[in-house]
Amino acid sequence: MHTIRYFLGRLCGAVPTLFAIITITFFLVRAAPGGPFDQEQTLPADVVANLNAAYGLDRPVWVQYTRYLWGLAHFDFGPSFRYKDFTVTELIAQGLPVSFTLGAIAISIALVAGVAIGTFAALRRGRAADHVSMAIAAIGIAIPSFVLLPALGLFFGIYLHWLPVAGWDEGSIADLVLPVITLSLPPLAYIARLTRGSMLEVLGSAYIRTATAKGLPLGTVVLRHALRPALVPVASYMAPAVAMVMTGSLVVETIAGLPGIGRYLVQGALNRDYTLVLGMVIVYSSLLICMGLVADLLIAMLDPRVRLEA
Amino acid sequence: MNDHGLQPSACRRLLANRAALIALATILALIALAIVGPYVNPNRYDTLDWANIAMPPGLRHAHWFGTDRLGRDLFVRTLQGTRLSLAIGSIATAVSLAVGIVYGAVAGFVGGRIDHLMVRVIEILSGLPLIFFVIFLTVVFGRNIFLLFFAIGAVSWLNMARIVRGQAMVLRGREFIEAAIAAGAGPARIIFRHIVPNVIGPVIVYATLTVPQIILFESFLSFLGLGVQEPRASLGTLIAQGAAEMESAPWMLLVPGAVLAVLLISFNVLGDALRDALDVKRN
Repeated sequence: MHTIRYFLGRLCGAVPTLFAIITITFFLVRAAPGGPFDQEQTLPADVVANLNAAYGLDRPVWVQYTRYLWGLAHFDFGPSFRYKDFTVTELIAQGLPVSFTLGAIAISIALVAGVAIGTFAALRRGRAADHVSMAIAAIGIAIPSFVLLPALGLFFGIYLHWLPVAGWDEGSIADLVLPVITLSLPPLAYIARLTRGSMLEVLGSAYIRTATAKGLPLGTVVLRHALRPALVPVASYMAPAVAMVMTGSLVVETIAGLPGIGRYLVQGALNRDYTLVLGMVIVYSSLLICMGLVADLLIAMLDPRVRLEA
Repeated sequence: MNDHGLQPSACRRLLANRAALIALATILALIALAIVGPYVNPNRYDTLDWANIAMPPGLRHAHWFGTDRLGRDLFVRTLQGTRLSLAIGSIATAVSLAVGIVYGAVAGFVGGRIDHLMVRVIEILSGLPLIFFVIFLTVVFGRNIFLLFFAIGAVSWLNMARIVRGQAMVLRGREFIEAAIAAGAGPARIIFRHIVPNVIGPVIVYATLTVPQIILFESFLSFLGLGVQEPRASLGTLIAQGAAEMESAPWMLLVPGAVLAVLLISFNVLGDALRDALDVKRN
């Protein structure tokens, strides 16, 4: 009951944040020079005027703003200005499953492998395995996705012919392997480091000494007693991890030619496709806000001392 | 806390860390190469050598790292890009430091409702995908490199502000601040003379970790075609061109990619080592 009330309170608290983000973005995109209809070929002035009138762009900005908000209140993201005959909702609905699948797999791999490697490194503290995994983690954090993905494509695609370099064949697994590896590596490396650090702290605590002293095998000590508290920092890292994967997906989807939503953000901003940019910002921001909420709930589950207070 | 942060013991701890020393040496070497390198090689970054197009690395015509599709020398272009990355990294970090320190110190020291509001602003800004912000700024500023530096710095101060705020809140309750208030010092004096000097440890650490983030950011933008424009080279644009040609000319991808990776890894390793040496809590 308490958790549900907390959950609802936080959701209500997110509304003003989201509202502020939408407002800032709305006026920022409008403030940029140029409009959605002045691109490569210059259109006749009256055509542009008609287009502006058709999309309501001839009205004062605050009228456009209230109209947009009114549409949003009905879950209408408006029409895309550049992808003719498509609404922003349709564009996002087409791409989101691809991006979501990619991101969800990448985050899951990062979590499982990161926690496993971090725990392993903590148990082998100061030995070769620890140094090797932390060195790899340092590299994994630093190496950018737009270097890693082409390099992986070069070796596994062009030299070894194991995997396709790019492309999308109705979501065949082979197409996803390299993009998923690229996306998951930075959060994986980060999670491994976080887990190692917190695991070392937990393993040094008195109740772990007690558990070991009463003769529990190492596996039980780690899995039953140490893992849960050690996961708290990892849980609080979930929102930044998702943000990292989102940013990565902008590049990875472009390089690998995947039909996700990553490309819309950059293209939308360049094309002054106001509604598309706003729609993307709303999707990304909502996801980030939700991840922050999920992270706090996870922390409360993992650590009974944490009290949820809205 | 970090009152003892800059004592000689921190220096000793840093010097004892071999990985950190290697990283520091690598960074210094790359800086020196980026400054001097282009003058050592007879080729220029924008000369088109039509007789030697897409040449693999070698010694002929001093194209040590090979040439690109237009016959431009990759050694010079890569170092040119490195120089640009380092310049962007340091300028934007300076901007983010200045904004972050002042913002964080004011929020943490003043406290109360103003602090609440300022934290809320940070929260909202962190909710935005920052990459969008910078994309927008590059579009508005017409891809002027120096404004790009500024824009990146202006959006990457959030973490710094959070850290400084946390430190300032701790410091606010300390006796020497009370003494300063009792002696009649105004808030501005307390913030700049008493709070800012005391957060210098974490600030150094996060500055070292901000530089690679910004270099990464700039290369990312240039990779997307939003940053540095031709004929100037940035590591990001070189990697984008290399990725398009990797089948026939893999060195075009591997040379700038390796330099960028080494640069980023070195800064991260150095930053981590500084954090350990100065004993700054992980945030």
